Amino acid sequence: MQERLSYDPFVLPFTFGMVYIIVYLIVAMARVINALPKEDKQRLAKGIFSKKIFISIKEIFLECLIHRKIFKHNKWLGFMHMSIAFGWFMMILLAHIEVKLYAPTRFNLPYYPIFFRYFMMETETTLRGGLLFFLMDFFLLLTLTGVGMAMYKRINKRRFGMRRTTRLRLGDTIAMYTLWAIFPLRLLAESFTSNVSGGSFLTRGFGLVFENFVSNPDHTLPIWWAYSIALGIFMVALPHSRFMHIPTEMLLIVLRNSGIKVEKKNKGIATISIYSCSRCGMCLDPCQMVSAARLNNRASVYFLRQVRHKEKETENTANACLMCGRCVQACPVGIDSCAIKQNVRDQRSLPTGTEQQYSYLPQPIASEIKPEILYFAGCMTHLTPGIKQSMEAIFKHANVNYQFMDEKGSICCGRPLLLAGQTAAGERLIETNKKIIAESGAKILVTSCPICYRAFNETYNLPIKVLHHTEYLERLIDEGRIKPQKSLKNFVYHDSCELSRYSNIYKQPRNVLRSIAYLQPTPYDGKDGICCGGSIGSTLLTSTQRRKIAIDAANKLTEKQPDCLVTSCPLCKKTFDNTTATDVKDIAQVVKEALIIE
Amino acid sequence: MPDFGYTINKQRVIDLDKNDGQTVRRVRQLEPSINICIGCGTCTATCSANIFTEFNLRQLMLLVTRGETANLRKDIEKCMLCGKCMLACPRGVNTRNVLLAISRIFTENE
Ligand code: SF4
Ligand code: SF4
Ligand code: SF4
Ligand code: SF4
Repeated sequence: MQERLSYDPFVLPFTFGMVYIIVYLIVAMARVINALPKEDKQRLAKGIFSKKIFISIKEIFLECLIHRKIFKHNKWLGFMHMSIAFGWFMMILLAHIEVKLYAPTRFNLPYYPIFFRYFMMETETTLRGGLLFFLMDFFLLLTLTGVGMAMYKRINKRRFGMRRTTRLRLGDTIAMYTLWAIFPLRLLAESFTSNVSGGSFLTRGFGLVFENFVSNPDHTLPIWWAYSIALGIFMVALPHSRFMHIPTEMLLIVLRNSGIKVEKKNKGIATISIYSCSRCGMCLDPCQMVSAARLNNRASVYFLRQVRHKEKETENTANACLMCGRCVQACPVGIDSCAIKQNVRDQRSLPTGTEQQYSYLPQPIASEIKPEILYFAGCMTHLTPGIKQSMEAIFKHANVNYQFMDEKGSICCGRPLLLAGQTAAGERLIETNKKIIAESGAKILVTSCPICYRAFNETYNLPIKVLHHTEYLERLIDEGRIKPQKSLKNFVYHDSCELSRYSNIYKQPRNVLRSIAYLQPTPYDGKDGICCGGSIGSTLLTSTQRRKIAIDAANKLTEKQPDCLVTSCPLCKKTFDNTTATDVKDIAQVVKEALIIE
Repeated sequence: MPDFGYTINKQRVIDLDKNDGQTVRRVRQLEPSINICIGCGTCTATCSANIFTEFNLRQLMLLVTRGETANLRKDIEKCMLCGKCMLACPRGVNTRNVLLAISRIFTENE
């Protein structure tokens, strides 16, 4: 190949866009990394200068280019994302190889690889571009297919496994339409010059179709201008649109693999996470505030957008969320939007009063007899007395030496306060409960409430073992201390968010239930568990909205008409009561019923 | 005078014109469900804090509505935000957010 030209004014829009975005990214990245706390900076350095970087590179390849997680969700959606990202990446890579091979002196001109075909002409000595031409055309075709699918998705999203797609803002719309324009324009531009520069099946083919038109050189330049302008606009719009996720997602992966988690403040990795949201909309369908209560604006994708643009509604969106974690689970980028919401809640910290707050709470009394088990029912269990009565009956039946920590009324575990951003007040309750637990001298703390379970496990830092009663019941059965009878009944088990998604307790309740009845699987088992809608995580949802979610969830769970819907959370049980004709019982209740108690 | 076993309450005038109407207007904005409270007292009966100390949510809501907010500040701090009242309320008042709204108004006014 031979150089024809090395410059034409049409490269200016592209070059301007490129300079703009590079400066923008460098400044933004420096600011974000600067905002990381010192330990995180050290972690990052370790993450970059060690084996971990290879893991990150592999993950960047699989997630940013191939989009593996989206493939797992739906193959068409995955193919769409993959073809645009991977196709475009390969074209850029191959273009640089072409320059290196055929015009090495021009390698430092940033626009040169992009407009290579305009500047070069084919000669007899270069195998007519052969393989590289073919590959370039192949990846262009792949990208065009992806763009076509993206257009089709706007009409028929169900084909791509989605019920809802994200509503766009102006910046997004501009960036999206220019992105769609880039590749068809590139095809035309390269076809129009293909009689001089050469091309393969696609560009040469189109070139021949337009042969008469193209033979006039005045006709080719405008299309190259258009191509360059589209690239320029896209790059200028990129930092102000959702496409900012392209550069930030890579940084997010590196930070995450270095072991950096979202901090107590929305800076550093939280900022990166906010910008890494591609607004793909995959968090819309799993969110029950959207699907059941029709609160579209409350989905995480809009929350992240509101934080990013500092919108007024941010705080309300953060407060409405049930914190069920279904969106985090579904997010292909792995954005911990719940942690970011918690940060927003923490910032509004309300007056938590004086030192005397909660001074009315009883002080612990040291007991002489050290119990084997300390049982904490929790506030919610006191509202569903069947559960605590069953637990007491089981303890007695198994001859467990237990002490009922909150028999006369619970001191809240503090998690509701923490979730509402009232950290100082929550910590006072934690201190009080910790003292009581320490004084009891028990070695195991059993609780019936998954909300308390998580608080005890994750926040309290207790020196003793904490078990949820599902785990404890499994243990009692395994040790042969209780022998429940198997019946012919048909059960469905509801995985509560706190216990399953957040605490990985799936197997224990199922083992228990299988020993007393037939357990039907549902599509909402394990990590796909649905929220009952009663979650204490939300402070803003109204009772009507909660009820809509609860009815929808109960209907989904009881589709196969089981004899009983078994829960393991008193709040879930209370929420599901009166939403379905099916019996709703806690796992402790069904176990107790399966025991032969004289 | 013979003791008939009755007492006479001290006279208590609720002057709605002089009371604090601001707070309740703001609470209604932040948590409209306070409007549907029927004052049944179920919330107070189930309240976790009320087991250990005198804390009457029903009364508290009534006082806010009437604009008698002078002593509320100390009172709302007793709540542990556990949510029992919310689940027990027959009207579906979002009681937790009523309390959060009141305490927020106190911060705003500071
Ligand atoms: S939060 Fe995750 S799932 Fe939701 S739109 Fe953003 S990237 Fe997609
Ligand atoms: S945590 Fe649950 S309720 Fe909140 S936005 Fe995510 S899916 Fe919706
Ligand atoms: S239970 Fe509900 S309706 Fe009854 S007093 Fe309390 S808030 Fe009002
Ligand atoms: S949330 Fe507060 S007012 Fe309601 S029951 Fe719990 S402690 Fe009582």
